[in-house]
Amino acid sequence: MNIKNIGELGRFSGMAVVIALFFALHISIGAKAIPLADVFTALIARDDTIFDHIVVWDLRMPRAVIAIVVGAALAVSGALMQGITRNPLADPGLLGLLAGASFAVVVAFGIWGSAIVPIMPLVAAGGALAATGLVLWIATAAPGGARPLTLILAGAAISAFLGAVIAAVQLLDQENFDQLRVWLTGTISGHRMSYMGWCLPWLAVGFVAAFAMARQITSLAMGDDVAVGLGVNVVQVKIVSLIAVVTLTASAVTLSGPLGFIGLVIPHVVRLFVGTDYRFMVPYSALVGAAYLLFVDIIARVALAPVEISTGLVTSLLGAPFFVWLVRAKL
Amino acid sequence: MAQTATEMFETKKVKVLPLVQKLASEKTTAMQVQNLTAGYGGSPILKNVNLDVPEGEITILVGPNGCGKSTLLKTMARILTPSEGTVTLKGQNVHQLPTRHVAQQMALLAQGPIAPEGLKVRELVAQGRFPHQSLLKQWTKADRDAVDWAMEITNIAQFAERPIDALSGGQRQRCWIAMSLAQETDLVLLDEPTTFLDLKVQVDVMNLLTKTAKQAGKTMVIVLHELNIAAAYADYLVMMRGGEIVADGPVNEIFTRDNLRSVFGLNARVIFDAEAGRPLCMPNLNT
Repeated sequence: MNIKNIGELGRFSGMAVVIALFFALHISIGAKAIPLADVFTALIARDDTIFDHIVVWDLRMPRAVIAIVVGAALAVSGALMQGITRNPLADPGLLGLLAGASFAVVVAFGIWGSAIVPIMPLVAAGGALAATGLVLWIATAAPGGARPLTLILAGAAISAFLGAVIAAVQLLDQENFDQLRVWLTGTISGHRMSYMGWCLPWLAVGFVAAFAMARQITSLAMGDDVAVGLGVNVVQVKIVSLIAVVTLTASAVTLSGPLGFIGLVIPHVVRLFVGTDYRFMVPYSALVGAAYLLFVDIIARVALAPVEISTGLVTSLLGAPFFVWLVRAKL
Repeated sequence: MAQTATEMFETKKVKVLPLVQKLASEKTTAMQVQNLTAGYGGSPILKNVNLDVPEGEITILVGPNGCGKSTLLKTMARILTPSEGTVTLKGQNVHQLPTRHVAQQMALLAQGPIAPEGLKVRELVAQGRFPHQSLLKQWTKADRDAVDWAMEITNIAQFAERPIDALSGGQRQRCWIAMSLAQETDLVLLDEPTTFLDLKVQVDVMNLLTKTAKQAGKTMVIVLHELNIAAAYADYLVMMRGGEIVADGPVNEIFTRDNLRSVFGLNARVIFDAEAGRPLCMPNLNT
C-alpha cells in the first residue's frame, strides 16, 4: 500500500467519523436531550428498563438511519445525472423526478390507499421515469434542444404542474391526504422505518448499479464519441445509470418525500475535493450526502425548537442560494 | 518536436518515401471498408464506399465540407452504424465485436472532445487505459508504463499534474493525442486533429503524429482540412466528394491539378518540392 492509498484511506475514514458523530448528535438532540454518553451506552448495550434507551432505539435511531440512506441516495442520483448529462444543474428535484415520484405515490395512494405500501418504491419509480421522459421530450423539442437551461425549465414546468394537480386532489379528498400532507413537504420521520424493508432491494439495485457504472461515467464526461473510442458501451451505461437514478430517487421519496437540492449541492461540493473521477465521486457523494442530511435534519429540529421545521424546507433554504450561485458561476 | 517540417523531411523522409511507395502494392491492409453506406437518420451521406487502409502508413482523408470524410471516419470508429456494408479490422467486423475489444485495437481522437472541469493531464491520459482495465483488474504496471510513455512522446510530462483547462489549445490537443496513444492500439483514427490551431501548432501536431506512427509502427487515419498539410504528411491520400471516394492512392499520384479541380473545384497549380519529395498546391491568381 503506497502513500496515496493511505491518504485515501485517511480521507475515507475521516468522512466515516464525521457521519458517526452527526449520527450520535442527531440521536442525542430532541425534545428531551439525551447526553451523548447515554446515546453510546444505549447503542452498545441496549437496556429496555431504561426509558432513554427505548427512545434512542425506537424513535430516534430510525430517523437518523433514514436520513443517512436518503441523503446518500439523492446525492448519488445527482452525481450520476450530472455526469451522464454533462449538465452541472442536473438534480432529481430540478429535472422533475421528485415531483413525478410524489405525484405517482399520491395518485396510487388515493386510489388504493395503504395497500400500495409494499410497491410504493415501484410506483414512485414509475412516476420518476415518466417525469424524466416528459422533461426530456419537452426540452428536446425546445429551440436549441436539450441544453442545461431548457431542461431546468421543462423540469420546473412539470414540477409546478404536478404540484398543482396534487394540491387539487388534496382539496377533493381532505381526509385521506392529511396523512400525505407532511410527507409531501419532505419529512424525515422514524415512523417511516417500516417502509425501509420495501425499499431495501431497490436501494441495493441502485447503489450497486451506480458503483458499477462509476468508471464508465468518467469517460462519458468527455463526450459520447470519446467514450465510444475508449470502448465504453454508451447506451448500456446510460440505461443502467438511469435505472440507478430512478430506483435511488424513488426509494428516497418513499422514505422521506421530496427533498430538493441535495442531489445538486453535494456532487459539486464533493467534486471540489476529489476531482472528476467518478470512482471517487460516487462513494464520496454517498458519504457526504449522508452527513449533510443528518446535519440538515438536526437544524430542522433545533432551529425553531420546540417547533420542528419540515426537513424539506431546510434543504431548499440552503440549496436554493447555492443553485443561484451555480447558475451565475457555471452557465 | 522542435524540428520544423523541412528539417524533418531532410533527415528522414526523402529516403524513406520512394521505398514506401514502391512497397505500397505489397502492403497489408490494416482496415478494410466494403460497400459502406451510412449517414444520419434516413438520408445516407456515404454511398457505397470502399477503402483499404494500408498498414503502418498515414492515410489522410480530404474533401470539401460535407463530402462525408468525417462520416466515413466516424463509421470506421463505430460511432455511426452503417446501413449497408462492413468495416473490418483484422478480418472482424467492428460493428459486431464487443466495443471494448475493438478499443484494444483501435483508438479514436474525436472532434472537439470535452475536458471535464479540473481533470488533470495525467488523469486524462490514464483514461486511455480504459479498454485494458476491468472492475477487478484496475491498475497495473503496464497501465502506468503506457501512460508515462504516452506523456513522454507527446512532450506533456511536465504538465502531468496540471488541470487540462489551464493549458493552451496546442498543449491540450497533445494531451488528447497522448490519451489515444496510451490506449496502445495498432490503429489510431483522428478526426480533424489540427482544426482551430495556428499553422505552427498544426505542424507540431502533425510532426508528432508522424513521428509516433513511424516509431511505434502505428497505422493512422486522419481527417484533415488543410490541403498542403495533407500533402506534406500523407503516405496514402484519399479524396472524397459527395459521399464517395473520388481518388485514393500514394500522395504523389493523387495530389494532382486535375484531382484538385474535379474534387474541390479548385483552380491551382501543383508543384513538386524535390527537397521534401512531396507535392504542394498554389492557387492560380486572377483566374
